[in-house]
Amino acid sequence: MGMIKVLYAFLSVAVLGGLLGVGLAIASKLLAVKKDKRISQVTDVLPQLNCGACGYAGCSGYAEAIVLEEETLTLCTPGGGPVAKGLAEIMGVEVEVSDEKKVAQVHCRGGRGTASYLFPYNGIQDCNALYLSYEGDKVCKFGCLGKGSCISVCPVDAIGYDRDGLVWVDKEKCISCGKCIDVCPTGVMKWIPYSAEYFVACSSTDKGALVRKYCTVGCIGCKMCEKKAPEAGFAVENFLASIDYSITGDRKPAVEACPPKCIIETVKSVIKEKEPVSQLEDAKD
Amino acid sequence: MSYVGILIMFVFVNNFILTQFLGLCPFIGVSKNVESAVGMGFAVTFVMSIASLTTWAIHNLVLIPLGITFLQTITFILVIAALVQFVEMIIQKLSPPLYKALGIYLPLITTNCAVLGIALIAVRSEYNALESFVAGFSAGIGFLLVMLLMSTLREKLDIEWVPKPLKGVPIAFITGGLMALAFMAFDKALLKNLLG
Repeated sequence: MGMIKVLYAFLSVAVLGGLLGVGLAIASKLLAVKKDKRISQVTDVLPQLNCGACGYAGCSGYAEAIVLEEETLTLCTPGGGPVAKGLAEIMGVEVEVSDEKKVAQVHCRGGRGTASYLFPYNGIQDCNALYLSYEGDKVCKFGCLGKGSCISVCPVDAIGYDRDGLVWVDKEKCISCGKCIDVCPTGVMKWIPYSAEYFVACSSTDKGALVRKYCTVGCIGCKMCEKKAPEAGFAVENFLASIDYSITGDRKPAVEACPPKCIIETVKSVIKEKEPVSQLEDAKD
Repeated sequence: MSYVGILIMFVFVNNFILTQFLGLCPFIGVSKNVESAVGMGFAVTFVMSIASLTTWAIHNLVLIPLGITFLQTITFILVIAALVQFVEMIIQKLSPPLYKALGIYLPLITTNCAVLGIALIAVRSEYNALESFVAGFSAGIGFLLVMLLMSTLREKLDIEWVPKPLKGVPIAFITGGLMALAFMAFDKALLKNLLG
């Protein structure tokens, strides 16, 4: 009796396992889904950052869309020109590679000490949450709210707080995915060309006198930059200076002359802090 | 026991995650955002329903006639693993969108102890075929429910201020513990009062 049971046990598991194995083998042949070889080739070319800048869920999703749905080849911003060219090679089409790399940057320098605040905020530490209450705790409605929503969405850790406790994008690390630009409620995060040496670190279109009241580093629209460096592509519109980066003139005189010093260099050593450095001081007021 | 009784028992009273502590790996691992938590929940519900039905058949048609019920665990694991593979192939062939939605969760379920758990529990409770199926389905719904609750809580926790040492998984465990405490309210006595 005992031996019979052992035999049954052995046989039933062996037969069951064998049947399932053979069944699966047959099923995998019958139900095989043909995959285009180019999908894996395309996936290899893509940078594998899975940042989602192309609008698909990860690089493999974009690869499938390219091969199966003939999606445009230039959607991968982190990969830029080289990746687009590689994709074109696999797909056997010509592709026009757009100009140079763009990076995101915070167009605001107003923080504790420079900008004035309306009320102390103790809610959820998230820019979009803060924006719901009176569009932020700053008097200026154009500036950086400083709660770091962009820091938490950045897939490559390119954003952090600098020495002044303000948000800063490290342009060497930025992969131009645009996630920070999407998440920012005030639109203070904007594109600048990677090669740009200076940018206008203010987004306020309020009149100069008003800006002066609430921020010491805001653009007052004085047109000093236009006058001091007429060949450098500066233009003041709606009381806010902007730079036409396609014009390459010497911008240094304008930078030095700017009264609130809001035209600043794009390179800066960043200390990688996830919390604002001045948070302790923040807590006091 | 009525089908409604089985449903309420496995969704609330004997909830797999919060009362029986089965399938805790996806409970922590896949509950970071609602979308993937719900995807995982549906995949588990799907597999649990089919697995409990199939294992019922194996138990009653093979193991009992041969008198080798002590092989329950090993045969169930074998069957569930093969079943999940098979289901994955079928879904991939017949419904690519569903395959995409379930994604990597389907193969992950192969080794989810909640699936083996429901198979063993259904057999031990001596359910018939349909009761086993309902038990599997409702256990899956219970799983889905808790995954949904947990993932919404964790999405909130992500933007809330949490003490630094507790950020991430530790606070998730505390949250899970408190939820389990709350689920203690659903006990057998309550079930008896409800269903007579």
